[in-house]
Amino acid sequence: MKVTMRINGTERGGDVEPRVLLVDFLRTNLLLTGTHVGCDTSGCGACTVLLDGEPVKSCTMLAVQVEGRDIKTVEGLLQGGALSPIQVGFHEEHGLQCGFCTPGMMMVGSALLERNPDPTDEQIRWAISGNLCRCTGYMNIVKAIKHAAKMNQEAAKAGSHAEAVPAGGGE
Amino acid sequence: MSSTAHLHGGIGDSIKRKEDGRFLRGKGNYIDDITLPGMLHMAILRSPHAHARIKSIDTAAAGAKPGVIAVVTGELMAQHKLAWMPTLSGDTQAVLATDKVRFQGQEVAAVIAETKYQAEDARDAIVVEYDILPAVISPDGAKATGAPLIRDEKEGQKDNHIYHWESGDKGTTQAAFAKAAKVVRLHTFYPRCHPAPMETCGCVADVNPGTGKATIYMTSQAPHAIRTVFALVTGLPEQNIRVVSPDLGGGFGNKVPVYPGYVVATAASLLIGRPVKWIEDRSENLISTGFARDYHMTGDLAVDKDGKMLALRVHLDSDNGAFFSDAQPSKFKAGLFHIVTGSYDIPTAHITADGYYTNKAPGGVAYRCSFRVTEASYLIERLVTNAAIELGIDQAEFRMKNFIQPEQMPYHSATGWVYDSGDYPKAMNVALEQLGYDEMRKDVEARRKKGEVTGIGIASFTEVVGAGHGADFDIIGLRMFDSAELRVHPTGKAMLRMGTKSQGQGHETTFAQIVAEELGIPAMDVAVEEGDTDTAPYGLGTYASRSTPVAGAATAMVSRKLRDKARKIASHLLEAAEEDLEWERGKFYVKGSPDRAKTIQEIAFAAYTNLPEGMEAGLEGVHYYDPPNMTYPFGTYAVMVDVDKGTGQVKVRRMVAVDDCGVRINPMVVEGQIHGGLAEGFAIAFMQLITFDDDGNCIGSNFIDYLLPTAWETPKFETGETVSPSPHHPLGAKGVGESPTVGSPAAYVNAVIDALSPYGITNIDMPVTSDKVWAALRSKGVTE
Amino acid sequence: MFPAAFDYAAPATLAEALSVLKQRGDDAKVMAGGQSLIPLLKLRFAQPALVLDIGRLPGLAGVKRDNGHLTIGALTRHVDLERDTELGKTFSILPEAAHWIADPLVRNRGTMAGSVCHADPSGDWGSVILALNAELVAQSSAGERMIKAADFFKGPFATTLRPDEIVTAIRIAVSSAASGGSYQKLERKVSDFATVAVAVQVEMDGRKVARAGIGLTAVGETNIKAVAAEKVLAGQEPTDEVIAEAARQAAAAAEPKDDIRGTAAYKKDVVRVFVQRGLKAAIGRAQGGKA
Ligand SMILES: Cc1cc2nc3c(=O)[nH]c(=O)nc-3n(C[C@H](O)[C@H](O)[C@H](O)COP(=O)(O)OP(=O)(O)OC[C@H]3O[C@@H](n4cnc5c(N)ncnc54)[C@H](O)[C@@H]3O)c2cc1C
Ligand code: FES
Ligand code: FES
Repeated sequence: MKVTMRINGTERGGDVEPRVLLVDFLRTNLLLTGTHVGCDTSGCGACTVLLDGEPVKSCTMLAVQVEGRDIKTVEGLLQGGALSPIQVGFHEEHGLQCGFCTPGMMMVGSALLERNPDPTDEQIRWAISGNLCRCTGYMNIVKAIKHAAKMNQEAAKAGSHAEAVPAGGGE
Repeated sequence: MSSTAHLHGGIGDSIKRKEDGRFLRGKGNYIDDITLPGMLHMAILRSPHAHARIKSIDTAAAGAKPGVIAVVTGELMAQHKLAWMPTLSGDTQAVLATDKVRFQGQEVAAVIAETKYQAEDARDAIVVEYDILPAVISPDGAKATGAPLIRDEKEGQKDNHIYHWESGDKGTTQAAFAKAAKVVRLHTFYPRCHPAPMETCGCVADVNPGTGKATIYMTSQAPHAIRTVFALVTGLPEQNIRVVSPDLGGGFGNKVPVYPGYVVATAASLLIGRPVKWIEDRSENLISTGFARDYHMTGDLAVDKDGKMLALRVHLDSDNGAFFSDAQPSKFKAGLFHIVTGSYDIPTAHITADGYYTNKAPGGVAYRCSFRVTEASYLIERLVTNAAIELGIDQAEFRMKNFIQPEQMPYHSATGWVYDSGDYPKAMNVALEQLGYDEMRKDVEARRKKGEVTGIGIASFTEVVGAGHGADFDIIGLRMFDSAELRVHPTGKAMLRMGTKSQGQGHETTFAQIVAEELGIPAMDVAVEEGDTDTAPYGLGTYASRSTPVAGAATAMVSRKLRDKARKIASHLLEAAEEDLEWERGKFYVKGSPDRAKTIQEIAFAAYTNLPEGMEAGLEGVHYYDPPNMTYPFGTYAVMVDVDKGTGQVKVRRMVAVDDCGVRINPMVVEGQIHGGLAEGFAIAFMQLITFDDDGNCIGSNFIDYLLPTAWETPKFETGETVSPSPHHPLGAKGVGESPTVGSPAAYVNAVIDALSPYGITNIDMPVTSDKVWAALRSKGVTE
Repeated sequence: MFPAAFDYAAPATLAEALSVLKQRGDDAKVMAGGQSLIPLLKLRFAQPALVLDIGRLPGLAGVKRDNGHLTIGALTRHVDLERDTELGKTFSILPEAAHWIADPLVRNRGTMAGSVCHADPSGDWGSVILALNAELVAQSSAGERMIKAADFFKGPFATTLRPDEIVTAIRIAVSSAASGGSYQKLERKVSDFATVAVAVQVEMDGRKVARAGIGLTAVGETNIKAVAAEKVLAGQEPTDEVIAEAARQAAAAAEPKDDIRGTAAYKKDVVRVFVQRGLKAAIGRAQGGKA
């Protein structure tokens, strides 16, 4: 079946069997390998992407279901080539170790901040409760999302959009 | 991007991690991200039964399915002498079953197809006929008269017993028990659990038909050792095998062993002449790869009338599954379990252990712990709290009274360990202070008066990590050294390679910091590479918290070697005698005239451009470090819990963790490691369980049944530290990745036991689930 | 794990969807949010020839209040109910139950009607609609019929819905009496199905309970309506004794099994504890306490 969708702002298409999962379409057909697979029972959130701005499990959707809709993946987080606040937050607060859960966590975190620009620790923990991390014990992930919230608020105060941060960041 | 990029990044600096950039952009390179031209996909058919004889395997229908290139069975593997492979514990393990299946989930056949969807379609079409045999699911079952013989193919194997092992002194222990005023016993089961890193295991095997070179991308914590094992198993010349461990999405011990899937994929690539990818499902990961624990332990602690510990006696039965494939030093059948005397000055001890085959998956990996140290620490810490409760002494006070004192260091334990350093009373005091122990005790008493069920648990663990001294520690004969190779380029930038392999621990940052400290090249200028056996020096890998103690030491030593050479070059450049040069991080200067200096960058340039007469060019070296002893991180953890009398649910109110891991190279990274370990300890204490029904069906083979805590359940951690440098490590560091997993389960469970102790409840086996707590409370008539 | 092959249709109108079902109902599976169906397809427990995606049908999402009814469209997702601030204290059981279903990601896709049609005895919505005495609106190309919640569940994963029918909405009568509800759930972690859960809805008549609805989750072949317990409360002042008796009756109605989550005795006792707690919370809300 032919399928077309907007991915990270660009129209992308492909020809897939109806049974192909969205995550496989992203990873195999479009080579967007930043979205991961951590389980097969819809229980880990490593595959989280934004569907029309809302976080969903791309392993529990068919690619054909997304026809005509909007998907954002971790590869779409950069802002003008620079790290976005959520990415800066994870870096500054050591919110990632092995990095496997990180794309999903950042997608959820960025969607949360759209809805709730100043979340409490509890609200963050609840929002990321569909995403498992085995490395961090979640402490620094919560801090990372708060860090991003603060950056957004400061940028809003400064009247401009989130301040651009130079690209780079290690190798 | 980093706010800390300008920092030199020496030891003690919490610089931001250098490896983050690629992960933040979704550009990590994990095993399943690797795609090679012409790559095929493999799916493994697994046994639905725990114990059954294979009558027949019919692959005809599967072979005829669209996209299928080959269907591999044990018979085909046997033609290439690859149906069985050696394990890390000197046993053998089936690659693809030929005679019998011995656990549910065992590898029976494999399909190689053009796409992964096609591979699974065809796998469903393989027909296997089984004769079901009775299953053995526990050591007791394995011992029972008339128990089915699991390893009937092994010559001389008459029963299901694998090993008997002892440590300590039976005679003196018996004598001490005879004199004891009190003996406290705890029988407890440390259940089977699984490291379950977020990324499962997998490989892409690429045997080049032209050159014969096998490049195997593999989720491995120990790529060099795997290369050697592969060479021995397949007979391929070792120089023709390249194992590359890409970015790992966590490991925690799960990615140490060699799994049948790796072997089959490699054999398939060799036979077909195309790359073959095999990526485990989560259920395959949980049902078949390296499990942990599964120890049935009985401990007796003898105490005199003043509350001093006199002796410890432990017996344990180990459930090893169908093949003895524990990943551990060869000499120690029960790992380093004999650290079980822990933080206490116990004059004598005797430990006996027996291992048994069962119809369960093999593995026995050190899940975020140093070879069976978690089991040991759990037993002694539970036993100590139970003893304190029985004796009517406060848990903290009882520990204080029996701690090994700082002035006893180096301390020779009753089971033969030589503890390097530590101040246990101090760590305890810091933890109690941080918790506000006296206040909290009063709070507990007040709440209990109101009918609430609440308590505090303590654990003061001692870890033993950094295996290890080569004469005592080896895996299949390979001595457990580790290595570092450092090359400084003409522009003063450097490349560091090691025999270890990070799975998220931040090696690319931490090890660069060691170079920054020792050789003065800023951490940002040091690229760190691991995991490619064609380029990295040989090493035994990353597990058992050994990277910092061993490879970290190697990095310091190689940096120092280069610094010695740099001094010679500086002496030439500055026209001053070597003895007249002073080293300050990053440069040599002439004593008394700090202006006459050469930076390490200038020296590096000179190493290629302007050398002293007769000196070999370049500034590079390699060091293989054989640790003189283990390191002994320790700490005290204190936990407060509240129990819901109606449902038995336990809520952790506070969790204070004071760790002493010696010198902290990057405190931010260390703290992150501790958080992660405390969360895994919490999961082990309350949630994670791989269990089996009477027929040997595995319960816990997916994330619906195998419970990993989310941010919602996971407690908030309050951390603290003391610093007792290791006297024998060049940097004083001890390693930390695993202390929190080792120390915390007992602290959590002790808190529950403390809460239930007013009702006379002394044990609940992990995981401490609400139904078990409810049953314990109801058995004492407590209800809502 | 990947699904076996199937055909896929995503009709744009209800009529079209119903006509496809009329022709292929027996070998088709309706898909709403897919949060139960896709996991089953991946495990290959379900291998339908056709997946009929109703996710694009217009007019089926959202909550409406009219003619004394609350009408929840079939494509209303868990998250829509969780965040619905209009439901007020009368129907606070809806956001409360929604909150504890699965995890935030699943709640962004899964629907209440899909969950009810899935008829997992461990599903949460089944108990809620039993407690609320809701009705399901079932459409087929032959027309529309109403099915009472109490008549809907036949067994584990089995309902009285016909293969050619689609549930288009869930309807709940809005009572004029002071009402309140509560959903009590014991789960081992976020995203876990209930070990035990209890839905309670009460309508008050002054200090007396006029009518109580009690639904039980994960303690039987289907979600269970605890009729005897409801009767204990009807027309009574909810004293501690009456509440305790209702709780005992509810526990007696539960038929749980021993499993990894706990023994049958444990689950029955948690039913008792939760009915007590749930009734107290629901009555408090009905009487204007905390919503
Ligand atoms: C990780 C995870 C955790 C979960 N935890 C919980 C939990 O704690 N509690 C809980 O209650 N549920 C839980 N669920 C299930 C979840 O609530 C599902 O969303 C819900 O059961 C199905 O809704 P859906 O819209 O996704 O239905 P689908 O998956 O699309 O369909 C489910 C079934 O209902 C049928 N169906 C759907 N809609 C209709 C309709 N309108 N008319 C006729 N038939 C229809 C389908 O044919 C299918 O058989 C969990 C799911 C996951 C993946
Ligand atoms: S891969 Fe685990 S939820 Fe999608
Ligand atoms: S960082 Fe490794 S799983 Fe989260």
